[in-house]
Amino acid sequence: MNPPRLIPFETRQPRNEIAPSPLSIRGLTVAYDDKPAVWDLDYDAPDRGLIAVIGPNGAGKSTMIKAMLGLVPTLAGDVRVFGSTLRQARRRIAYIPQRTSVDWDFPASAEDVVAMGLYGEIGWCRPVRRRHREAARSYLDRVGMADFAGRQIGQLSGGQQQRVFLARALAQKADLYLMDEPFAGVDAATERAIVNVMREVRDAGATVLCVHHDLQTVADYFDHALILNVHAIAHGAVDDVLTEELLQRAYGGRLAETEIRAIAGSA
Amino acid sequence: MPGELFSILTFQGGYNTSVVLAGVIALGIGGGVIGVFSFLRKRALISDAISHATLPGIAIAFLIGIALGGTGRNLALLMAGAATTGALGVLCVQWIRDYTRLPEDAAIGTVLSVFFGLGIVLLSHIQTLQAAGQAGLNSFLLGSTAALTAGEAQLIGGASLVAILIALLLLKEFGAVAFDEGFAAAQGWRVTRIDLAMIGLLLAIVAIGLKTVGLVLIIALVIIPPASARFWTERLGRLVALSGTFGGLAGWLGGSLSALLPDMPAGAVIVLAAAAIFTISLLFAPRRGVIAWGIRRLRMRVRAASVRGLLAMADGYLPPDGLSYRVVRWRGYIDGDARITESGRTAASEMRRQDRLWQTYRTRHPEAALSFNPLTGTRIEDVLPADIVATLEAPSR
Amino acid sequence: MTAADFLSIDLPAILVAVLSATSCGLLGNFLVLRRQALIGDAISHVALPGIVAGFLIAGTIATLPLMLGAMVAAVIAAGLIEIIRRAGRLESGAAMGVVFTTMFAIGIVLLEQTGASNAHIDAEHALYGNLESTLWLGVTGWDDALTWEALSQLPRQLITLAGVTAAIAIMIVAFYKELKVSTFDAGLAASLGLPVRTISTVLIVVVALAAVAAFEAVGSILVIAMFICPAATARMLTDSLSRQLWLSVLVAVIAGVGGYVLAAFGPQFWGDTDSLSAAGMIAVVAGLLQTAAMIAAPRYGILSRAIRRRTRQLDLPA
Repeated sequence: MNPPRLIPFETRQPRNEIAPSPLSIRGLTVAYDDKPAVWDLDYDAPDRGLIAVIGPNGAGKSTMIKAMLGLVPTLAGDVRVFGSTLRQARRRIAYIPQRTSVDWDFPASAEDVVAMGLYGEIGWCRPVRRRHREAARSYLDRVGMADFAGRQIGQLSGGQQQRVFLARALAQKADLYLMDEPFAGVDAATERAIVNVMREVRDAGATVLCVHHDLQTVADYFDHALILNVHAIAHGAVDDVLTEELLQRAYGGRLAETEIRAIAGSA
Repeated sequence: MPGELFSILTFQGGYNTSVVLAGVIALGIGGGVIGVFSFLRKRALISDAISHATLPGIAIAFLIGIALGGTGRNLALLMAGAATTGALGVLCVQWIRDYTRLPEDAAIGTVLSVFFGLGIVLLSHIQTLQAAGQAGLNSFLLGSTAALTAGEAQLIGGASLVAILIALLLLKEFGAVAFDEGFAAAQGWRVTRIDLAMIGLLLAIVAIGLKTVGLVLIIALVIIPPASARFWTERLGRLVALSGTFGGLAGWLGGSLSALLPDMPAGAVIVLAAAAIFTISLLFAPRRGVIAWGIRRLRMRVRAASVRGLLAMADGYLPPDGLSYRVVRWRGYIDGDARITESGRTAASEMRRQDRLWQTYRTRHPEAALSFNPLTGTRIEDVLPADIVATLEAPSR
Repeated sequence: MTAADFLSIDLPAILVAVLSATSCGLLGNFLVLRRQALIGDAISHVALPGIVAGFLIAGTIATLPLMLGAMVAAVIAAGLIEIIRRAGRLESGAAMGVVFTTMFAIGIVLLEQTGASNAHIDAEHALYGNLESTLWLGVTGWDDALTWEALSQLPRQLITLAGVTAAIAIMIVAFYKELKVSTFDAGLAASLGLPVRTISTVLIVVVALAAVAAFEAVGSILVIAMFICPAATARMLTDSLSRQLWLSVLVAVIAGVGGYVLAAFGPQFWGDTDSLSAAGMIAVVAGLLQTAAMIAAPRYGILSRAIRRRTRQLDLPA
């Protein structure tokens, strides 16, 4: 009597082939040196979702985004964006890195940086023309930064720098926005601007995946959440995911019981 | 020839050869010991700026020597000149780094090239003077031990020993600053002064060694030994000892070989000996070496693939990717017909159990769980006491 | 000084100096911004073993094998630095120090052991070059300077350098966007689909090309000075990358001309007849220009920053 044949792994979480998810991850595994950062992650982002990726420090949130973009090597896993490979779908993705990842003393103005978002569209060897500069300025305007177009980026405040990054992502006219802690260390005006822009692009049909730290605001800003702690703990609509039990599982002793209860109550 | 090499190595190659060899060994140890600190401060290439900045000082000292009526070839005077402009160079690097927007690497590059350019201008002036002994100045560029007299070797050896002694006396302070500048400052230590003392010693060793190995290769003597030693140890004391040993070893081997073989410039041979030690360390050091690290990384990939494969099989699926398939197939957990074997069934259900226990453990003790790495197949029974495992097996509270 | 003297001795030297300075200075902008300023240093030191190896393999001191040798050495050095930095997890300064000193030592041993030092290759020459030996023979005055016959005798280094400088300028103009974005934000560049690693490798290769082309005329130290000083000077003066590139060219030209003139004719001012090392003097002039910029630049200079700080303190309510 033979045991039954094992069936292909892909059938564990079959992908929707007809209406492919904006972001579909299977078995993503990443390790730094010999410490795993993300382990066997399966995830399908809902179309037109505003998704918060939450989890304690060191849970692999940023690593997940970088691995999806091929910026860090993966041990295993398969990532599809709108049903195609990353290489094919690259132009449909805009990535906002953490603000600390670049040299703000670089000789570039806010407008220059936003124009960089248009480079993919302009193509190799072609110069940035007047209409590209005008487009860049209109994106700056959308994040309330029109007055700072010519300012060297190092002379902007942290929040303003973040808005420049946001405008640059807008310029990429993407269908999937990946943001790495855009709210870290910004002022209230910037926070509002970011939320407004996220909603605008969502309403225009895009999907936003955002690493987020502030649990208090998750329910206000987002409609979906992915709770990560190396493993995927849970994902789904914010109201279903922000429960005492799941937060307890993700954060454990790192959040006080009262805090967890307050956050779960807010959802 | 081997006999001759042996006699040189064992200091039986004649008085002069032995004195020069001893001087070179002392210099190697000095470079190794003192180089550790700038290496740990991640400022290894500050020595690059220092050594190139010595050239104008040498030229000026030579001119002063002539003006005073001498030949200008007084080694002590030339060393003093070298140290003076070397110090000026370091101060310029610090100044550029601290007071302008330019980063340290640009500061080092500016100082080394501009000071060296000035030195070359002065040398080109000296060449027109037709003064006695000017030809000897060229040895400062590329070094030469052939021209080293016993007296000069004694000066070099003695000065190196003094520098080593000072470095060892300040070991604790240097270590604290190199390890954590902020902490050292909070302890009330004058970080700037300790830094300056460190640089001062570096300057001394560069000035001492210039004549022997030349100003390009002296950099190697303070960078390569600490970089090699770093592969073998994590502790400061051992790092200093090992780096000094490597430097001395390089001096001993290189000095002997160049004494034995004709046309073998000592500086270059010493550096090549140091480079050989570095290569061995890079490849073969037990923990940080490339081979050990590569094996560890490969092991982890295979273990992680095995965990992935078995967990998938426990749920009735094939392993998710090529590597995990090959690993479980190779271990005989699956046959060629995509059917799980008897041993595979046992392994998969055990892996499922381990995974469940680890997840429970992580939920109940998230802080403690951080120190373990269960995802590469660590068995929970191997790292946790039996009573805790038993509570995890029990149904949740 | 006659026109013939100027045309055959001074003009070619000045042009070689200016072109070397310009090609290295342009690339230096990207090296400085990428925190790779000292890669130029490492590459110019490893040119020595490359040149010696090129000579040993080809058996002649013709330009092409020597340049090829130096290029190959530069690429090997850059690769080794990267491997040691990653595999050995060493800080890049230490990795550079290990690699370039070792390769330089190999060069010296090769030089001494093989007798290459007798064949017009010597390490000191490699360090500080010999700008003064660039001569335009066969020109007698302004009248015949533009004849085909005279032009065909232009010094070979000058023609090589002109080609390299033009190629670098074209490359920077054509790939300006790509260089800019991959220097500023490699993550964004990668997410735009740009081959970030290839771009940095090509940049290193071109740096090696510029270093080698400039090398035999002006020596390795001047090459380092030109990789760093013009870019650093321009960096103090502006916040726009394109303006920075133009300014660095301007600084390079001023340093090249000024340094040569000071070295060749300066000593005559104090009654000396001999001239000084032009390569060294150019580096000194570049250093002086940079110092002036660091002190007196309008916005980022030390003076204006001190003044701003002072006024801000005065503005504070007492």
